[in-house]
Order: sequence, then structure tokens, then C-alpha cells
Amino acid sequence: MENLSDYFAMGGYARFVWPAYALGAAGLVAVLWLSVKSWKAREDEFAKLKTARDEGAN
Amino acid sequence: MHKFANPTFFMKIANAVFPWAAGLSVLCFIVGLPIALVTSPPDYQQGETVRIMYVHVPAAWMGSMVYAVMAASSAVYLIWRHTVAHIIARASAPIGAMFTGLCLVTGMLWGEPMWGTWWVWDARLTSMLILFFLYLGYIALGDAFEDQERGDRAAALLALVGSVNLPIVHFSVEWWNTLHQSSILSMQGFSISTEMVVPLLLMVGAFQFYYVAVLVIRLRAELLAAKIRTARFNLAATG
Amino acid sequence: MRSFAAILRRDLMLAVRNQGEMLMVVGFFAIAATLFAFGVGPEANVQSRMSSGVVWTMALLAALLSLERMFALDFEDGTLDQLMLSGAEPAAVVLAKTLAHWLTTGVALLIAAPAVALSFQLPSQAYGALMLSLLLGTPTLSLLGAVGAALVLGSRRGGVLLSLLLLPLYSPVLIFGAAAVEGAILGIATTTPYAVLGGLLILALTLCPWAGAVALRHAVE
Repeated sequence: MENLSDYFAMGGYARFVWPAYALGAAGLVAVLWLSVKSWKAREDEFAKLKTARDEGAN
Repeated sequence: MHKFANPTFFMKIANAVFPWAAGLSVLCFIVGLPIALVTSPPDYQQGETVRIMYVHVPAAWMGSMVYAVMAASSAVYLIWRHTVAHIIARASAPIGAMFTGLCLVTGMLWGEPMWGTWWVWDARLTSMLILFFLYLGYIALGDAFEDQERGDRAAALLALVGSVNLPIVHFSVEWWNTLHQSSILSMQGFSISTEMVVPLLLMVGAFQFYYVAVLVIRLRAELLAAKIRTARFNLAATG
Repeated sequence: MRSFAAILRRDLMLAVRNQGEMLMVVGFFAIAATLFAFGVGPEANVQSRMSSGVVWTMALLAALLSLERMFALDFEDGTLDQLMLSGAEPAAVVLAKTLAHWLTTGVALLIAAPAVALSFQLPSQAYGALMLSLLLGTPTLSLLGAVGAALVLGSRRGGVLLSLLLLPLYSPVLIFGAAAVEGAILGIATTTPYAVLGGLLILALTLCPWAGAVALRHAVE
């Protein structure tokens, strides 16, 4: 257990190393999430427009 | 090359690439992160802070590389009017801006323990800051017009202007740094040992494939947006 | 060529008739520098140390101020469309507009700069460097500014957008302009900053009219 906390201490630099990785993860996940979200939203919107068009045609 | 200008054909390829890119990115992270964070040795001078490099350096490379992709596709768009080329540039911008921002933030987190200050006006960091502003300008300009195509063209031209500007900025800040050498700390002056190359390359690979995978998702969204615009237009015309 | 002279003459006449604009640029320059003095305090040593940077930065911001209107008025009232339709070379339009902007704003800044520098305790040996660097640098600012102004034509939130686009483009000019003055203050003057400023001016002269012309064509299409 001591080794583990030693490891997380990063030789005293924990407050620099971990935030760097955390921010990296946050940035990557945020852009991925926003991209997927807008893709899904547009897919729904397009589907709605399609049904509206088909209804209009009938 | 002009075959790729057909959106349907292009998306067919992009969708085929997607699972590979996503899978390879995840694989590189799974293999690379433990090496970067655990098994790779601390630097004899920088200690454990050297691990920040495995995020900082790939982010810096990606920031520049994505801008190069943006500038090249913008040139293709302006010359041949291939919409697909512009969509690639437009979809890349937020990803590149994120990488550049990440490079700046991790640079600060690296600078404080190593050089005793959160920010140094070092040539490379300053160039990245200017690159970040260029990304912001590109995104803002592309969204600033009622007429989508007008925004597309203005942004594409800005991307090209920026690609001429960036080397000049880099040269300027480098010269500026040597002028004020006494007061500025240099970020240079440490060599990478072979044990650091492996995690570094794995993280670069992970970021590269991440870019390709997210780019495909964003391309899907962009092309759907174009389809929605036409569908709306047609609906309004018939209704 | 005829359109070049015609546009230049018209813009200069407009500027003479309505001097408010030029006065505003000079006023902004002086006020911004005064505010800076309040910010850093009245200590002569500190001000003298910062003078090269302050004068150059404030001149750059003042030049930004009048750029938004370079094409905007002609764009809104349709003059620009007419010019382009009548077969005027777009690059000549950009060049004429840029020259008019520099002759009004740039020259006004050149005249005001020594006074602002004086209030900021710029050492006497540096005035030549200040004038020469501004003379070489401000045309580049106008040329780059013309590209930016053409790019944002017809956009929402033009002014803020324009400064966001231009500040990265302006940074090399600022670095070498301020460095030229600082070199003269410290007595270690070299020709490098002037050579680079000249090089940037030549580069801007060859590329900006072309880039601005593309942007103008997009704007009126």
C-alpha cells in the first residue's frame, strides 16, 4: 500500500503530473462527446424532416 | 483525386476507416498509458515530471499537424471548390484547437516545477499560443455569417493566411527570445532517452488515430447539416 | 489603374472632409498611452524602460480601430458591388483602400508618436528609430488589416472578430518594431529589425492585395 501511495505522489510532483493527464483525458473526452452529440442530434433532425417530407408527399 | 470530392464516395471510405482508427486509438492508449505513467523511468534531471511530456509533446505535434491539414484542405477548397475539402478543414478545427489548448496547459504544468514559473515566453510555447488564437479566429470567422458559403470561404482564406503567418511568427519569437536571453528561460536542453521514445510514439499514435476517428464523426455531422439545409429548403419550396 | 487613382482620391477627400475619424485614432492613441502611464505609475525609469513597447503597442491598437470601416461603408451602400461590376481590378481596389488608410491613420500615428513617446520618457537617442520603425511597420499593418477587413465584411460582430483575426498576424511587426526602438535605447542598435520590417512590408505588399482581392470577390458575390 505504501508503494502505491508513493507511486501516486509522483516524487512530490503529483499536483503537476496528474492534472496534466486529467486535463488531457477531459479534453479528448469532451471533444468526442460533443462530436457524437451533434452527430446524433442532426441524425434525429434529418429523420424528422424526412418524415415531414413523406407526409407532405402523401 | 477529384473522385474523393464526391461526398457519398468519400464518406464510404471514411466510414470504412472509422473502426480501424477508433480501435487503434484505444489500443495505443491501453498499451501506451501504463508505459507512460508506470514503467517508463523518471528522467535523471526532471524526475517524474517528465511524464507530462507524453501528453504535452504529442498534443503540440497534433496542434500543428491538424492546422497543416486544415490549411491544405482549405487550399483545395478555394482552388477546386470541393466542398468535402472544406468540410474536412471545418471539422478539424475544434479538434486542433483542443490539442493546442492541451499543449499550452500541460506546458504550464510542466513549467512550474521545472522552471519555477507557470508561463515562459519561450519560442515554442509562444508560437503555440498564436496558433491557438488562429484556431479561435478560424472557428469564429466560419460561424460569423448568415450565408454559410460566405463563412466557409472567408475561413478557408484565413487558414491559408495563417499558414503563411505561422512560420514568420515562429521566426520572430525565436529572434525575440535570443534578444532577451538574460530574462527568459529556455524550454530546450534536455535529451530524450530511448526508454522515453516508446511511450512517446504510442501516445502520438493514440492522438493521431483519435483525431481520425473523431474527424469521421464530425464529418458525418457536417454532411448531415448540409443535407438538413437542403431538405429544409425543399420543404419550404414545396410547402 | 484609373480606378486605383479614383478610389484613392475619393477616400482621401472623404477623410479630409470628415476629420473626426483621424482625430479619433490619434485620440485613442494618446488616451490609451495615458491610461498605461496611470497603470504603471509615474516613475520615470519604469516608463522609460517600457516606452518602446507601449508606444508601438498603442499605435498598433489605434491602427486597428479604423480598419473595420475600410470597406464596410462602401459595402453597405453598394459602391463596392458597382466597383467590382464595372471591372475594377479587385487587387487595385484593395491597394487603393490600403494606401488611403495608411495616408490617414498611419501618417496621423507617425505625427502623434513622438508626443506620446515624449510623455513616456523615451530617451532622446531613440526617436529616429521610433519614426523609422513606424514608417516601415505601419504600412504592413494597413496591408494586413485590409485582408482582415475584407474577410469580415458582412459578418456579425465584425469589430471584435477583426481584432481576433489580426492580432496574431500583427505580432511579428510588433516584435521587430518595438525591438528596433529598444535597440536604439540601449545603444546596441543593429539593422536586423529594420531589415525584417522591410522584408515583412515587401512580403505583405506582394501577398495582401491578392488575398484581399479574393476576400473582396467572395464578399460581393
